Amino acid sequence: MSDCTRDEWMTIAASRLLADHAVCFVGIGLPSAACNLARLTHAPGIVLIYESGTIGTRPVVLPLSIGDGELAETAACVISLPEVFSYYLQAGRVDVGFLGAAQIDRYGNLNSTVIGPYDAPTTRLPGAGGAPEISLHAKQVFVMAKASTRSFVEQLDFRTSAGYLDGHGARERSGAFGGGPRAVITDVGLLAPHPETQELQLVALYVGTSVDEARAAIGWPLRIADHLDTIAEPTAHELNTLRALNARTVEAHARPVHIPLPAEGLP
Amino acid sequence: MHLSLADAIENCVADGASIALEGFTHLIPFAAGHEIIRQRRRDLHLIRMTPDLVYDQMIGMGCARKLTFSWGGNPGVGSLHRLRDAVEHQWPNALELDEHSHAGMATAFCAGASRLPFGVLRGYVGTDLPARNPNIRHVTCPFTGESLAAVPAINPDVTILHAQRADREGNVAIEGIVGAAREAALAAQTLIVTVEEIVEDLPPAMNAIVLPHWIVSAVVHCPGGAYPSYAQGHYTRDNAFYQRWDAIARERDSFRSWMDINVIGARDHRTFLAGLQQAAS
Repeated sequence: MSDCTRDEWMTIAASRLLADHAVCFVGIGLPSAACNLARLTHAPGIVLIYESGTIGTRPVVLPLSIGDGELAETAACVISLPEVFSYYLQAGRVDVGFLGAAQIDRYGNLNSTVIGPYDAPTTRLPGAGGAPEISLHAKQVFVMAKASTRSFVEQLDFRTSAGYLDGHGARERSGAFGGGPRAVITDVGLLAPHPETQELQLVALYVGTSVDEARAAIGWPLRIADHLDTIAEPTAHELNTLRALNARTVEAHARPVHIPLPAEGLP
Repeated sequence: MHLSLADAIENCVADGASIALEGFTHLIPFAAGHEIIRQRRRDLHLIRMTPDLVYDQMIGMGCARKLTFSWGGNPGVGSLHRLRDAVEHQWPNALELDEHSHAGMATAFCAGASRLPFGVLRGYVGTDLPARNPNIRHVTCPFTGESLAAVPAINPDVTILHAQRADREGNVAIEGIVGAAREAALAAQTLIVTVEEIVEDLPPAMNAIVLPHWIVSAVVHCPGGAYPSYAQGHYTRDNAFYQRWDAIARERDSFRSWMDINVIGARDHRTFLAGLQQAAS
Protein backbone atom coordinates (compact mmCIF):
# COMPACT_ATOMS: atom_id res chain seq x y z
CA MET A 1 0.00 0.00 0.00
CA SER A 2 3.01 2.28 -0.40
CA ASP A 3 1.17 4.17 -3.16
CA CYS A 4 -1.47 5.61 -0.84
CA THR A 5 -1.44 9.35 -0.10
CA ARG A 6 -1.05 10.86 3.36
CA ASP A 7 -4.65 12.10 3.16
CA GLU A 8 -5.86 8.58 2.50
CA TRP A 9 -3.77 7.07 5.25
CA MET A 10 -4.86 9.76 7.69
CA THR A 11 -8.52 9.13 6.82
CA ILE A 12 -8.07 5.38 7.24
CA ALA A 13 -6.23 5.81 10.57
CA ALA A 14 -9.11 7.98 11.83
CA SER A 15 -11.76 5.54 10.65
CA ARG A 16 -10.14 2.73 12.66
CA LEU A 17 -10.69 4.69 15.88
CA LEU A 18 -14.47 4.49 15.45
CA ALA A 19 -16.16 1.56 17.12
CA ASP A 20 -19.14 -0.19 15.59
CA HIS A 21 -22.44 1.20 16.96
CA ALA A 22 -20.76 4.41 18.13
CA VAL A 23 -22.96 7.50 17.83
CA CYS A 24 -20.85 10.00 15.98
CA PHE A 25 -21.35 13.75 15.41
CA VAL A 26 -19.69 14.37 12.05
CA GLY A 27 -18.09 17.46 10.54
CA ILE A 28 -17.56 18.09 6.83
CA GLY A 29 -14.31 17.23 5.04
CA LEU A 30 -11.87 14.57 6.22
CA PRO A 31 -13.98 13.65 9.30
CA SER A 32 -16.97 12.92 7.06
CA ALA A 33 -14.80 10.70 4.85
CA ALA A 34 -13.37 8.86 7.88
CA CYS A 35 -16.78 8.24 9.46
CA ASN A 36 -18.31 6.95 6.24
CA LEU A 37 -15.28 4.77 5.58
CA ALA A 38 -15.75 3.22 9.04
CA ARG A 39 -19.42 2.62 8.22
CA LEU A 40 -18.49 0.92 4.93
CA THR A 41 -15.75 -1.26 6.47
CA HIS A 42 -15.60 -2.40 10.12
CA ALA A 43 -18.44 -0.38 11.67
CA PRO A 44 -21.69 -0.97 9.73
CA GLY A 45 -23.76 -0.17 12.83
CA ILE A 46 -22.22 3.28 13.41
CA VAL A 47 -24.80 6.08 13.77
CA LEU A 48 -23.76 9.23 11.94
CA ILE A 49 -25.34 12.52 12.97
CA TYR A 50 -24.73 15.68 10.95
CA GLU A 51 -25.59 18.96 12.65
CA SER A 52 -28.18 19.69 9.96
CA GLY A 53 -30.40 17.27 11.89
CA THR A 54 -29.90 14.13 9.84
CA ILE A 55 -29.61 11.12 12.14
CA GLY A 56 -28.40 7.66 11.16
CA THR A 57 -27.53 8.92 7.70
CA ARG A 58 -25.91 6.55 5.15
CA PRO A 59 -24.84 8.74 2.22
CA VAL A 60 -23.80 6.97 -0.99
CA VAL A 61 -21.49 9.88 -1.84
CA LEU A 62 -19.81 12.34 0.51
CA PRO A 63 -21.71 15.61 0.91
CA LEU A 64 -20.05 18.92 0.00
CA SER A 65 -22.03 20.78 2.66
CA ILE A 66 -23.32 19.74 6.05
CA GLY A 67 -26.89 19.87 4.70
CA ASP A 68 -26.79 18.27 1.23
CA GLY A 69 -30.03 16.54 0.21
CA GLU A 70 -28.08 13.27 0.09
CA LEU A 71 -27.86 13.34 3.89
CA ALA A 72 -31.59 13.85 4.39
CA GLU A 73 -32.60 11.25 1.80
CA THR A 74 -30.47 8.52 3.39
CA ALA A 75 -31.19 9.41 7.04
CA ALA A 76 -33.15 7.31 9.51
CA CYS A 77 -34.79 10.56 10.59
CA VAL A 78 -34.46 14.29 10.07
CA ILE A 79 -34.97 16.54 13.09
CA SER A 80 -34.66 20.26 13.72
CA LEU A 81 -31.39 21.89 14.65
CA PRO A 82 -32.46 22.94 18.17
CA GLU A 83 -33.38 19.29 18.81
CA VAL A 84 -29.98 18.03 17.63
CA PHE A 85 -28.12 20.34 19.93
CA SER A 86 -30.44 20.16 22.95
CA TYR A 87 -31.92 16.68 23.02
CA TYR A 88 -29.00 14.75 21.53
CA LEU A 89 -25.70 16.57 22.03
CA GLN A 90 -26.39 18.45 25.28
CA ALA A 91 -28.28 15.44 26.65
CA GLY A 92 -25.13 13.34 26.37
CA ARG A 93 -26.37 11.05 23.58
CA VAL A 94 -23.27 11.49 21.39
CA ASP A 95 -20.25 9.19 21.84
CA VAL A 96 -17.77 10.80 19.45
CA GLY A 97 -17.48 14.34 18.13
CA PHE A 98 -15.21 14.78 15.14
CA LEU A 99 -13.65 18.22 14.64
CA GLY A 100 -11.17 20.08 12.53
CA ALA A 101 -9.64 23.49 13.26
CA ALA A 102 -7.31 26.15 11.93
CA GLN A 103 -5.23 26.09 15.12
CA ILE A 104 -4.74 23.59 17.93
CA ASP A 105 -2.56 23.93 21.02
CA ARG A 106 -0.77 21.35 23.17
CA TYR A 107 -3.85 20.76 25.32
CA GLY A 108 -6.14 20.17 22.35
CA ASN A 109 -7.92 23.54 22.56
CA LEU A 110 -9.10 24.66 19.11
CA ASN A 111 -9.37 27.94 17.21
CA SER A 112 -11.65 28.31 14.22
CA THR A 113 -12.55 31.98 14.81
CA VAL A 114 -9.75 34.44 13.97
CA ILE A 115 -6.04 34.73 13.26
CA GLY A 116 -4.82 37.93 14.92
CA PRO A 117 -6.81 40.05 17.39
CA TYR A 118 -10.58 39.46 17.46
CA ASP A 119 -11.42 43.11 16.79
CA ALA A 120 -8.85 43.52 13.99
CA PRO A 121 -8.15 40.06 12.62
CA THR A 122 -5.62 39.40 9.88
CA THR A 123 -7.77 36.44 8.87
CA ARG A 124 -11.40 36.11 9.79
CA LEU A 125 -12.20 32.36 9.93
CA PRO A 126 -15.75 30.93 9.72
CA GLY A 127 -16.23 30.73 13.49
CA ALA A 128 -17.58 28.30 16.03
CA GLY A 129 -20.49 26.47 14.44
CA GLY A 130 -21.18 23.40 16.53
CA ALA A 131 -17.64 23.03 17.89
CA PRO A 132 -17.87 24.58 21.39
CA GLU A 133 -20.72 22.34 22.49
CA ILE A 134 -19.47 19.26 20.61
CA SER A 135 -16.21 19.69 22.53
CA LEU A 136 -18.14 20.19 25.73
CA HIS A 137 -20.64 17.33 25.54
CA ALA A 138 -19.40 14.49 23.29
CA LYS A 139 -18.08 11.62 25.40
CA GLN A 140 -14.86 11.87 23.45
CA VAL A 141 -13.57 14.13 20.68
CA PHE A 142 -11.32 13.23 17.76
CA VAL A 143 -9.56 16.02 15.90
CA MET A 144 -8.26 15.72 12.35
CA ALA A 145 -5.72 18.28 11.14
CA LYS A 146 -2.68 18.33 8.91
CA ALA A 147 0.40 19.01 10.98
CA SER A 148 2.22 22.30 10.43
CA THR A 149 3.72 24.89 12.71
CA ARG A 150 1.01 27.32 11.51
CA SER A 151 -1.75 25.04 12.82
CA PHE A 152 -0.13 23.30 15.80
CA VAL A 153 0.79 26.38 17.78
CA GLU A 154 2.25 27.33 21.13
CA GLN A 155 -0.50 29.92 21.70
CA LEU A 156 -3.96 30.07 20.11
CA ASP A 157 -5.11 33.44 18.77
CA PHE A 158 -8.61 32.61 20.04
CA ARG A 159 -10.05 29.68 21.96
CA THR A 160 -13.19 28.64 20.08
CA SER A 161 -13.63 25.32 21.83
CA ALA A 162 -12.14 23.74 24.90
CA GLY A 163 -9.83 20.77 24.91
CA TYR A 164 -8.05 20.27 28.22
CA LEU A 165 -7.74 24.06 28.81
CA ASP A 166 -4.44 24.41 30.74
CA GLY A 167 -4.11 20.67 31.32
CA HIS A 168 -3.53 18.96 34.68
CA GLY A 169 -7.27 18.44 35.28
CA ALA A 170 -8.35 22.00 34.34
CA ARG A 171 -11.06 20.72 32.00
CA GLU A 172 -12.68 18.58 34.67
CA ARG A 173 -12.57 21.44 37.14
CA SER A 174 -14.27 23.74 34.60
CA GLY A 175 -17.42 21.61 34.72
CA ALA A 176 -17.10 20.33 31.14
CA PHE A 177 -19.16 17.19 30.64
CA GLY A 178 -17.54 15.04 27.97
CA GLY A 179 -14.08 13.48 28.06
CA GLY A 180 -12.27 15.89 25.74
CA PRO A 181 -9.96 15.23 22.79
CA ARG A 182 -8.79 11.61 23.02
CA ALA A 183 -6.96 11.55 19.69
CA VAL A 184 -5.56 14.04 17.20
CA ILE A 185 -5.04 12.43 13.81
CA THR A 186 -2.44 14.23 11.72
CA ASP A 187 -0.57 13.38 8.54
CA VAL A 188 2.66 12.72 10.49
CA GLY A 189 1.20 10.57 13.22
CA LEU A 190 -1.27 10.26 16.04
CA LEU A 191 -1.25 12.50 19.12
CA ALA A 192 -3.03 11.67 22.36
CA PRO A 193 -3.18 13.34 25.78
CA HIS A 194 -0.70 12.35 28.47
CA PRO A 195 -2.69 10.61 31.24
CA GLU A 196 -1.68 13.15 33.92
CA THR A 197 -0.69 16.41 32.27
CA GLN A 198 -3.10 15.97 29.33
CA GLU A 199 -0.49 17.50 27.04
CA LEU A 200 -0.77 16.04 23.54
CA GLN A 201 2.12 13.70 22.85
CA LEU A 202 3.11 11.61 19.87
CA VAL A 203 1.81 8.07 20.38
CA ALA A 204 2.05 6.58 16.88
CA LEU A 205 3.82 7.17 13.57
CA TYR A 206 2.95 6.05 10.07
CA VAL A 207 5.41 3.74 8.37
CA GLY A 208 7.87 6.09 6.69
CA THR A 209 7.39 9.05 9.04
CA SER A 210 9.88 9.87 11.76
CA VAL A 211 9.93 11.52 15.16
CA ASP A 212 12.03 14.30 13.64
CA GLU A 213 9.44 14.92 10.95
CA ALA A 214 6.68 15.03 13.54
CA ARG A 215 8.66 17.41 15.77
CA ALA A 216 9.34 19.73 12.82
CA ALA A 217 5.64 19.95 12.02
CA ILE A 218 4.45 20.75 15.55
CA GLY A 219 4.83 24.28 16.92
CA TRP A 220 5.51 23.31 20.55
CA PRO A 221 8.29 21.04 21.87
CA LEU A 222 6.55 17.74 21.14
CA ARG A 223 6.86 15.02 23.75
CA ILE A 224 7.03 11.41 22.67
CA ALA A 225 5.10 8.68 24.47
CA ASP A 226 7.12 6.02 26.29
CA HIS A 227 5.73 3.46 23.88
CA LEU A 228 5.53 4.62 20.27
CA ASP A 229 3.20 2.62 18.02
CA THR A 230 3.29 2.23 14.27
CA ILE A 231 0.02 2.82 12.44
CA ALA A 232 -0.60 -0.27 10.33
CA GLU A 233 -0.60 0.30 6.60
CA PRO A 234 -3.97 0.53 4.89
CA THR A 235 -5.39 -2.82 3.85
CA ALA A 236 -6.46 -3.32 0.26
CA HIS A 237 -10.09 -3.39 1.44
CA GLU A 238 -9.79 -0.07 3.30
CA LEU A 239 -8.01 1.68 0.46
CA ASN A 240 -10.31 0.33 -2.26
CA THR A 241 -13.40 1.28 -0.26
CA LEU A 242 -12.12 4.82 0.36
CA ARG A 243 -11.09 5.32 -3.26
CA ALA A 244 -14.43 4.04 -4.54
CA LEU A 245 -16.23 6.42 -2.14
CA ASN A 246 -14.11 9.34 -3.32
CA ALA A 247 -14.57 8.39 -6.99
CA ARG A 248 -18.37 8.17 -6.56
CA THR A 249 -18.28 11.55 -4.85
CA VAL A 250 -16.25 13.25 -7.57
CA GLU A 251 -18.51 11.77 -10.24
CA ALA A 252 -21.69 12.86 -8.46
CA HIS A 253 -20.43 16.40 -7.82
CA ALA A 254 -19.40 16.78 -11.47
CA ARG A 255 -22.90 16.00 -12.76
CA PRO A 256 -24.46 19.19 -14.16
CA VAL A 257 -27.18 20.61 -11.96
CA HIS A 258 -30.50 21.58 -13.45
CA ILE A 259 -31.20 25.29 -12.91
CA PRO A 260 -34.82 25.44 -11.71
CA LEU A 261 -36.12 27.94 -14.27
CA PRO A 262 -39.89 28.19 -13.85
CA ALA A 263 -42.11 27.44 -16.84
CA GLU A 264 -43.43 30.36 -18.89
CA GLY A 265 -46.29 32.10 -17.14
CA LEU A 266 -44.97 31.44 -13.64
CA PRO A 267 -43.24 34.18 -11.66
CA MET B 1 -51.40 37.54 2.18
CA HIS B 2 -50.35 36.49 -1.34
CA LEU B 3 -47.95 39.12 -2.66
CA SER B 4 -45.34 39.53 -5.36
CA LEU B 5 -41.77 39.31 -4.08
CA ALA B 6 -41.09 42.97 -4.88
CA ASP B 7 -44.20 44.07 -2.97
CA ALA B 8 -43.47 41.83 0.01
CA ILE B 9 -39.96 43.24 0.40
CA GLU B 10 -41.10 46.80 -0.20
CA ASN B 11 -43.92 46.55 2.34
CA CYS B 12 -42.19 44.51 5.06
CA VAL B 13 -38.43 45.20 5.02
CA ALA B 14 -37.46 48.73 6.05
CA ASP B 15 -33.98 50.23 6.19
CA GLY B 16 -32.45 49.51 9.61
CA ALA B 17 -34.65 46.46 10.26
CA SER B 18 -33.42 43.25 11.87
CA ILE B 19 -34.08 40.41 9.48
CA ALA B 20 -33.46 36.66 9.52
CA LEU B 21 -33.33 34.77 6.22
CA GLU B 22 -33.22 31.26 7.68
CA GLY B 23 -32.87 27.76 6.20
CA PHE B 24 -29.94 25.52 7.17
CA THR B 25 -28.12 24.87 3.85
CA HIS B 26 -31.53 23.76 2.52
CA LEU B 27 -34.31 26.21 1.49
CA ILE B 28 -32.20 29.36 1.74
CA PRO B 29 -34.34 32.26 0.47
CA PHE B 30 -31.94 33.56 -2.20
CA ALA B 31 -34.61 35.23 -4.32
CA ALA B 32 -35.72 37.33 -1.35
CA GLY B 33 -32.11 38.28 -0.54
CA HIS B 34 -31.58 39.38 -4.14
CA GLU B 35 -34.74 41.49 -4.08
CA ILE B 36 -33.52 43.22 -0.90
CA ILE B 37 -30.27 43.99 -2.75
CA ARG B 38 -32.23 45.30 -5.79
CA GLN B 39 -34.31 47.57 -3.57
CA ARG B 40 -31.07 48.85 -2.00
CA ARG B 41 -32.00 48.36 1.63
CA ARG B 42 -29.40 49.74 4.03
CA ASP B 43 -28.29 49.41 7.69
CA LEU B 44 -29.91 46.02 8.12
CA HIS B 45 -29.16 43.83 11.11
CA LEU B 46 -28.75 40.45 9.42
CA ILE B 47 -29.44 37.34 11.50
CA ARG B 48 -28.62 33.82 10.30
CA MET B 49 -26.88 30.81 11.83
CA THR B 50 -24.84 30.26 8.66
CA PRO B 51 -24.61 33.50 6.63
CA ASP B 52 -23.90 31.48 3.46
CA LEU B 53 -23.63 33.05 0.01
CA VAL B 54 -26.86 35.02 0.38
CA TYR B 55 -25.46 37.16 3.22
CA ASP B 56 -22.03 37.32 1.56
CA GLN B 57 -23.86 38.99 -1.32
CA MET B 58 -25.94 41.31 0.87
CA ILE B 59 -22.90 42.33 2.97
CA GLY B 60 -20.78 42.93 -0.13
CA MET B 61 -23.54 45.08 -1.64
CA GLY B 62 -23.64 47.30 1.45
CA CYS B 63 -27.01 46.24 2.90
CA ALA B 64 -25.78 45.34 6.40
CA ARG B 65 -24.54 47.15 9.50
CA LYS B 66 -24.62 44.18 11.90
CA LEU B 67 -24.47 40.38 11.69
CA THR B 68 -25.71 37.86 14.24
CA PHE B 69 -24.35 34.44 13.28
CA SER B 70 -22.70 31.23 14.41
CA TRP B 71 -20.73 29.93 11.39
CA GLY B 72 -19.69 32.17 8.51
CA GLY B 73 -18.09 30.05 5.82
CA ASN B 74 -18.83 28.71 2.34
CA PRO B 75 -19.81 25.14 3.34
CA GLY B 76 -17.28 22.58 2.14
CA VAL B 77 -15.45 25.25 0.11
CA GLY B 78 -13.83 27.81 2.45
CA SER B 79 -14.26 31.49 3.22
CA LEU B 80 -17.05 33.94 2.56
CA HIS B 81 -14.76 36.55 1.03
CA ARG B 82 -17.20 39.47 1.21
CA LEU B 83 -17.89 38.79 4.90
CA ARG B 84 -14.15 38.60 5.48
CA ASP B 85 -13.52 41.83 3.59
CA ALA B 86 -16.14 43.61 5.69
CA VAL B 87 -14.65 42.34 8.97
CA GLU B 88 -10.98 42.63 8.00
CA HIS B 89 -11.09 45.86 5.95
CA GLN B 90 -14.53 47.44 6.63
CA TRP B 91 -15.44 47.16 2.93
CA PRO B 92 -17.89 48.35 1.79
CA ASN B 93 -18.62 49.39 5.37
CA ALA B 94 -17.88 48.28 8.93
CA LEU B 95 -19.87 45.29 10.17
CA GLU B 96 -20.70 44.81 13.83
CA LEU B 97 -20.57 41.14 14.87
CA ASP B 98 -22.81 39.36 17.39
CA GLU B 99 -21.15 35.96 17.31
CA HIS B 100 -22.47 32.73 18.83
CA SER B 101 -22.13 28.98 18.59
CA HIS B 102 -24.84 26.97 16.81
CA ALA B 103 -26.18 25.71 20.13
CA GLY B 104 -26.28 29.24 21.56
CA MET B 105 -28.04 30.70 18.56
CA ALA B 106 -30.56 27.85 18.38
CA THR B 107 -31.33 28.47 22.05
CA ALA B 108 -31.80 32.20 21.35
CA PHE B 109 -34.26 31.45 18.52
CA CYS B 110 -36.21 29.06 20.79
CA ALA B 111 -36.44 31.76 23.46
CA GLY B 112 -37.60 34.23 20.80
CA ALA B 113 -40.29 31.88 19.53
CA SER B 114 -41.45 31.36 23.13
CA ARG B 115 -41.40 35.13 23.78
CA LEU B 116 -39.08 34.59 26.73
CA PRO B 117 -36.40 37.22 27.45
CA PHE B 118 -33.49 34.75 27.24
CA GLY B 119 -32.59 31.13 26.74
CA VAL B 120 -30.29 28.89 28.79
CA LEU B 121 -27.90 26.16 27.76
CA ARG B 122 -24.94 24.21 28.97
CA GLY B 123 -22.57 25.86 26.57
CA TYR B 124 -19.53 28.04 25.87
CA VAL B 125 -17.51 26.46 28.72
CA GLY B 126 -13.81 27.21 28.30
CA THR B 127 -14.26 29.35 25.18
CA ASP B 128 -13.25 32.96 24.50
CA LEU B 129 -16.66 33.83 23.00
CA PRO B 130 -18.28 35.18 26.21
CA ALA B 131 -15.33 37.58 26.66
CA ARG B 132 -15.99 38.97 23.17
CA ASN B 133 -19.77 39.00 23.12
CA PRO B 134 -21.69 40.69 25.96
CA ASN B 135 -24.77 38.80 24.74
CA ILE B 136 -23.32 35.61 26.21
CA ARG B 137 -23.71 35.70 29.99
CA HIS B 138 -24.36 33.29 32.85
CA VAL B 139 -27.25 32.64 35.22
CA THR B 140 -27.41 30.46 38.28
CA CYS B 141 -30.01 27.71 38.30
CA PRO B 142 -32.42 28.55 41.15
CA PHE B 143 -32.89 24.84 41.89
CA THR B 144 -29.39 23.37 41.75
CA GLY B 145 -27.04 26.35 41.83
CA GLU B 146 -25.46 25.28 38.53
CA SER B 147 -24.05 28.08 36.39
CA LEU B 148 -25.63 28.04 32.93
CA ALA B 149 -24.93 30.08 29.82
CA ALA B 150 -27.65 32.58 28.92
CA VAL B 151 -28.32 34.28 25.60
CA PRO B 152 -30.93 36.97 24.90
CA ALA B 153 -33.91 35.93 22.78
CA ILE B 154 -33.68 36.65 19.07
CA ASN B 155 -36.86 38.32 17.81
CA PRO B 156 -36.27 39.55 14.26
CA ASP B 157 -38.43 42.33 12.88
CA VAL B 158 -38.82 40.13 9.81
CA THR B 159 -38.05 36.47 9.17
CA ILE B 160 -37.99 35.24 5.58
CA LEU B 161 -38.15 31.52 4.73
CA HIS B 162 -38.39 29.52 1.55
CA ALA B 163 -40.66 26.44 1.60
CA GLN B 164 -41.97 23.81 -0.78
CA ARG B 165 -45.63 24.80 -0.69
CA ALA B 166 -48.38 26.92 0.71
CA ASP B 167 -52.12 26.76 0.25
CA ARG B 168 -54.59 29.51 -0.71
CA GLU B 169 -55.18 30.33 2.92
CA GLY B 170 -51.45 30.81 3.55
CA ASN B 171 -50.58 27.66 5.51
CA VAL B 172 -46.98 26.63 4.80
CA ALA B 173 -45.45 23.13 4.62
CA ILE B 174 -41.73 22.35 4.80
CA GLU B 175 -40.05 19.00 4.21
CA GLY B 176 -36.46 17.87 4.62
CA ILE B 177 -33.72 19.61 6.60
CA VAL B 178 -35.41 22.39 8.58
CA GLY B 179 -32.60 23.81 10.73
CA ALA B 180 -34.04 26.47 13.02
CA ALA B 181 -36.58 27.67 10.45
CA ARG B 182 -39.65 27.03 12.59
CA GLU B 183 -38.16 28.83 15.58
CA ALA B 184 -36.99 31.78 13.45
CA ALA B 185 -40.48 32.01 11.94
CA LEU B 186 -42.28 31.98 15.27
CA ALA B 187 -39.79 34.45 16.81
CA ALA B 188 -40.43 37.14 14.18
CA GLN B 189 -42.79 40.10 14.23
CA THR B 190 -43.40 39.64 10.50
CA LEU B 191 -43.00 36.41 8.52
CA ILE B 192 -42.58 36.25 4.75
CA VAL B 193 -42.46 32.84 3.08
CA THR B 194 -41.51 32.32 -0.55
CA VAL B 195 -42.70 28.96 -1.92
CA GLU B 196 -42.12 26.62 -4.84
CA GLU B 197 -45.82 26.06 -5.42
CA ILE B 198 -49.23 27.17 -4.24
CA VAL B 199 -51.90 24.49 -3.89
CA GLU B 200 -55.61 24.64 -3.13
CA ASP B 201 -55.27 22.66 0.08
CA LEU B 202 -52.27 21.12 1.80
CA PRO B 203 -52.66 17.37 2.26
CA PRO B 204 -53.03 16.34 5.90
CA ALA B 205 -49.48 15.91 7.24
CA MET B 206 -49.09 14.93 10.83
CA ASN B 207 -45.43 15.86 11.22
CA ALA B 208 -44.45 17.97 8.24
CA ILE B 209 -43.67 21.43 9.52
CA VAL B 210 -46.82 23.47 8.95
CA LEU B 211 -46.70 27.13 9.75
CA PRO B 212 -50.34 28.10 10.19
CA HIS B 213 -51.73 30.96 8.12
CA TRP B 214 -52.29 33.30 11.06
CA ILE B 215 -48.58 33.54 11.82
CA VAL B 216 -47.65 34.11 8.14
CA SER B 217 -47.70 37.75 7.03
CA ALA B 218 -47.04 37.21 3.33
CA VAL B 219 -46.78 34.25 0.96
CA VAL B 220 -44.88 34.77 -2.28
CA HIS B 221 -45.05 32.29 -5.15
CA CYS B 222 -41.41 32.08 -6.21
CA PRO B 223 -40.39 28.84 -7.94
CA GLY B 224 -36.64 28.27 -7.83
CA GLY B 225 -36.45 30.82 -5.00
CA ALA B 226 -33.86 28.84 -3.02
CA TYR B 227 -31.41 28.34 -5.91
CA PRO B 228 -28.34 27.85 -5.69
CA SER B 229 -29.42 26.31 -2.37
CA TYR B 230 -32.09 23.67 -2.89
CA ALA B 231 -35.65 22.58 -2.28
CA GLN B 232 -36.02 18.90 -1.43
CA GLY B 233 -38.27 17.23 -3.98
CA HIS B 234 -37.84 20.08 -6.48
CA TYR B 235 -34.17 20.68 -7.29
CA THR B 236 -30.77 19.85 -5.83
CA ARG B 237 -28.11 22.09 -4.32
CA ASP B 238 -25.83 23.51 -7.01
CA ASN B 239 -22.59 22.54 -5.32
CA ALA B 240 -20.62 23.63 -8.41
CA PHE B 241 -22.03 27.15 -8.03
CA TYR B 242 -20.91 27.24 -4.40
CA GLN B 243 -17.43 26.29 -5.62
CA ARG B 244 -17.50 28.91 -8.39
CA TRP B 245 -18.57 31.57 -5.89
CA ASP B 246 -15.16 31.33 -4.22
CA ALA B 247 -13.50 32.83 -7.32
CA ILE B 248 -16.32 35.30 -8.06
CA ALA B 249 -16.34 36.78 -4.55
CA ARG B 250 -12.59 36.73 -3.90
CA GLU B 251 -12.00 40.19 -5.45
CA ARG B 252 -14.19 43.27 -5.07
CA ASP B 253 -14.28 43.99 -8.80
CA SER B 254 -15.27 40.50 -9.92
CA PHE B 255 -17.90 40.41 -7.19
CA ARG B 256 -19.44 43.78 -8.08
CA SER B 257 -19.41 42.97 -11.76
CA TRP B 258 -21.12 39.60 -11.18
CA MET B 259 -23.75 41.17 -8.94
CA ASP B 260 -24.38 44.05 -11.37
CA ILE B 261 -24.92 41.71 -14.28
CA ASN B 262 -26.77 38.86 -12.60
CA VAL B 263 -28.72 40.39 -9.72
CA ILE B 264 -29.06 44.17 -10.17
CA GLY B 265 -29.34 43.70 -13.93
CA ALA B 266 -32.09 41.10 -13.60
CA ARG B 267 -35.54 42.50 -12.95
CA ASP B 268 -36.66 39.43 -10.98
CA HIS B 269 -35.64 35.94 -9.90
CA ARG B 270 -36.89 34.33 -13.09
CA THR B 271 -34.63 36.59 -15.14
CA PHE B 272 -31.74 35.80 -12.79
CA LEU B 273 -32.24 32.05 -13.32
CA ALA B 274 -32.68 32.47 -17.08
CA GLY B 275 -29.40 34.40 -17.25
CA LEU B 276 -27.51 31.67 -15.41
CA GLN B 277 -29.07 28.99 -17.58
CA GLN B 278 -28.08 30.86 -20.72
CA ALA B 279 -24.52 31.28 -19.43
CA ALA B 280 -24.34 27.55 -18.67
CA SER B 281 -25.50 26.43 -22.12
